[in-house]
Amino acid sequence: MIKRILLAQPIWLFVLACLLIFSLSADHFFDLRNFANILIQTSTIGLIALGMTFVMINGNIDLSVGAVLALAASLAVGLQDALGIPLAVLVALGAGVALGALNGVIVWKTGVDAFIVTLGAMIGVRGLVFVYTGEQSFYASNFAYSDFGASSIGPIPTLAFIFLAATLIMHFILRNTIHGRNTYAVGGNREAALNAGIRVGPHMVINFMIVGFLAALAGITMSTQMGASTPNMGRDFELWTITAVVLGGTRLTGGAGSIIGTLGGVLAIGILRNGMNLLQVPSFYVLVIMGTILITVLFIDKQLSRNSTEELNV
Amino acid sequence: MANEMAPTHPFSAANLKKLLASQGIMLAFIVFMIGFALASDRFLSADNVMSVIRQASIIGVIAIGVTFVVIGGNLDLSVGSMLSFATVLVVDLHDKVGPTAAIIIMFIAVLAIGSINGFLIGFLRLNSLIVTLGMLSAIQGLTLIYSGGQNVDIANQGDTWFAFFGRGFLFGIAVPILMFLGLAVLAELVLKGTAYGRKVYSIGGNSTAAAFSGIRRRQMVFSTYLLSAFTTGCAALILGSRVMGSQNNVGQGYELLVLAGVILGGTSLLGGSGSITRTVIGVLILGFIQNGLLLMGYPYYAQWLVTWAVIILAVWLDVASKRGSIFTRY
Repeated sequence: MIKRILLAQPIWLFVLACLLIFSLSADHFFDLRNFANILIQTSTIGLIALGMTFVMINGNIDLSVGAVLALAASLAVGLQDALGIPLAVLVALGAGVALGALNGVIVWKTGVDAFIVTLGAMIGVRGLVFVYTGEQSFYASNFAYSDFGASSIGPIPTLAFIFLAATLIMHFILRNTIHGRNTYAVGGNREAALNAGIRVGPHMVINFMIVGFLAALAGITMSTQMGASTPNMGRDFELWTITAVVLGGTRLTGGAGSIIGTLGGVLAIGILRNGMNLLQVPSFYVLVIMGTILITVLFIDKQLSRNSTEELNV
Repeated sequence: MANEMAPTHPFSAANLKKLLASQGIMLAFIVFMIGFALASDRFLSADNVMSVIRQASIIGVIAIGVTFVVIGGNLDLSVGSMLSFATVLVVDLHDKVGPTAAIIIMFIAVLAIGSINGFLIGFLRLNSLIVTLGMLSAIQGLTLIYSGGQNVDIANQGDTWFAFFGRGFLFGIAVPILMFLGLAVLAELVLKGTAYGRKVYSIGGNSTAAAFSGIRRRQMVFSTYLLSAFTTGCAALILGSRVMGSQNNVGQGYELLVLAGVILGGTSLLGGSGSITRTVIGVLILGFIQNGLLLMGYPYYAQWLVTWAVIILAVWLDVASKRGSIFTRY
């Protein structure tokens, strides 16, 4: 069983190797408090990556998640004096879902590639953030908001708990619901899915709404950590998220991937960053190493799958 | 068939549709220009037009190289951090080894990075989106390692011919504009008039067919990444010379603005079609939208909202005309 999982999810091998290496080499790495830290640090990217997994299995991509994160954070912090915290958070989540729906409907109805649609949205939504905030950072005046970010449920930090709960729910939806199954089907072969009577468009829209919701949620959890929002939050997060999802074995072409893999990809990035930080490797090197690992994983994946998809070699 | 044979009125619906489909982006450009010209007196003044093209020249120069990559059926997301790297490198080396050597070393460095891209994507056949995404991160790290996280600048700014690229004028026209338009003309000639250009189209259009007709597509893909690296190096010359200094993340986000310009021009992300002229128009539209909205008194970031709509509408128009219907049928 464990062997099968490891073979199907090579990223978990990497995660285990990292755990082992850092446990042996960094003093304070193998420590429950540090593990909780890693989970908190990865929860932001992790939440978005869960939704991105759905969108990418579905054969699409969403580049606008970083901007949606910033918009949700700005709304949640900026509106809480006027509306109160619960309503402000609801508005922020609603904005994420609405933008996701907008992306999804455009991709469905116009037939324009999701890469282009969400590239446009990434620029446009970031513009919305700057117009709404007037280029200002917002600070949460109510301490209950930032207290939430620092709170724990028993031994587990609340933010880590939210991420783990979301992971379980998303795993369940992908594996055990009709929507999950159809997500694979649409990504695997859109024509065939259409012919099989699957409502391709609505499934794509739902997946964009899911990633919009999770990006907004990530923006809210991130702003509770900081007790503030800045208009530049979430820059480059789309790139990190896609990196995590691809490390987790989800195909860019769609039709294959899993939440367990994505969790592995997210943890791989988190552990690597944390461990190298503890080893006092300058953060600059982490960027180089991450890039190298991403390309290496892609290369290994290509070698492994070469037999199944033999192509013209000229 | 009968339809095509029948003499049609030049302004018939069919002809208009064809015109809209083939020249839609040009028409949109003209409409924008007229709209802004009516809304603002200064918009069409020679000074203003020149300053817009000058500002657009950095994105434009990079977009020329990236157009080759995209026509060849690939993507290059690494140009933004490559621009940061090249600018930091050329500015930092300027005072250490002199401008000539600095420029040569900078071009060798970016071409080396471009050849890594080209090797991974052309010869190992890895997915270009992920490879250049990884390179984006790696080059950003490399830039920070090189500079130690410090900003760099040129000490004696008034006394170096390096200022020519960003601040100079030739025949009364700013040098960045001349570089942008000169490179564009050269690139369009190569793309449209040489065997090399036709091969770029054919590897993007149908890679397998290209291989069967004897085109060495690995080398071709490799060469397109050298071109995007080269034009990024040219952009770094303009940027470094204009600012006479550089931050480590100066090119952050450029890859997407460049891509926006290329897409807006109508070069398909699937490869096999597009042109430099279209890319130049796409880049200029982005520049004029930015400038026009500012002149009309809108906040700076309003341009990004308009860009959002314009990108999607432009590509939608293109997709819809090929499909023959406005909406998808599912």
